[in-house]
Amino acid sequence: MKMKRTFKNSGILLTLGLALIVLISVASASQASLIPPSQLINPDELVKILQSSKGEKPLMIQVGSHVLYSQAHIPGSEYIGPANSDGGLQQLRQRVQSLPRSKFIIIYCGCCPWSHCPNVKPASDALRALGFTNVKVLYIATNFGADWVDKGYSVAKGD
Amino acid sequence: MKTKLLIGMALVAVCLGVYFLKRPSRSNDRRDAPRDRALAPDFSLPELTGQRLNFSTYRGKVVLLDFWATWCDPCREEIPHFVELQSKYREQGLQIVGVSMDDGPEPVRDFYQRFKMNYPVVMGNAEIGERYGGVLGLPIAFLIGRDGRIYSKHTGATDITVFEKEVRSLLQR
Repeated sequence: MKMKRTFKNSGILLTLGLALIVLISVASASQASLIPPSQLINPDELVKILQSSKGEKPLMIQVGSHVLYSQAHIPGSEYIGPANSDGGLQQLRQRVQSLPRSKFIIIYCGCCPWSHCPNVKPASDALRALGFTNVKVLYIATNFGADWVDKGYSVAKGD
Repeated sequence: MKTKLLIGMALVAVCLGVYFLKRPSRSNDRRDAPRDRALAPDFSLPELTGQRLNFSTYRGKVVLLDFWATWCDPCREEIPHFVELQSKYREQGLQIVGVSMDDGPEPVRDFYQRFKMNYPVVMGNAEIGERYGGVLGLPIAFLIGRDGRIYSKHTGATDITVFEKEVRSLLQR
């Protein structure tokens, strides 16, 4: 009887352990996926904002690799550095420190498929921790090439 | 007890479902090679050792050219498979070349040691990215035949069995 109970308890523990491993792997593989939809903006929405003669223009910050930025970036956007590194986050904080907390800011990367982007979530979290209330993350599903350049949206090159 | 077991099984089923739904699609990220099979652009870039790698010296070999970065999760997942592939097919004429799109060589050197990489890695730049049609997302890998022509391009994490099948086919030509 005692052996049977131990066996059953082990089974439950094993089940819970498996569930925990799966949940951890999902969470770690989809950091950007944890950003609430209300904090995202789609490329076509951003294009409309940029083309409109009305409304506040956002400060656009690329938080990915410089090599990718040099090849193609959204005109007017600034390069800060990969936000998954301490250096990148520090540069981001320095760039925005003097701005009003209501400033409209858009961050983007596009280095990898959305669920694997290591940069946008830390950048978004850092800005919100500083008190910025109007921050949006550009939702780039596959990468900047497929979801921006190939769509024919305006692009700039160089530093 | 039966109820607890059922709840446990249901929990695992839900978790597995979420996991497989969240996985990036590999087949969707694949792109076919250009039909005209363009020649792979030549380049000369510094390796991690400081020496320059002249890509043209690999003409006659089957080359897997991998654009990657240390901070890119799908890239990191592929590297151990590439190391195996390089060992397995080196004698038959496979040469893998990594092009790191990191902003500096320091993290790449650490990564190279840690993952016991057995093929050359050069530091990439915007110019090589543009020459290869724009490397605006990682990973991107090109399979190049012995004739120096591009046979396929894979965007996003790709199953190693896909690469191996193509490599074997190209090695036999």
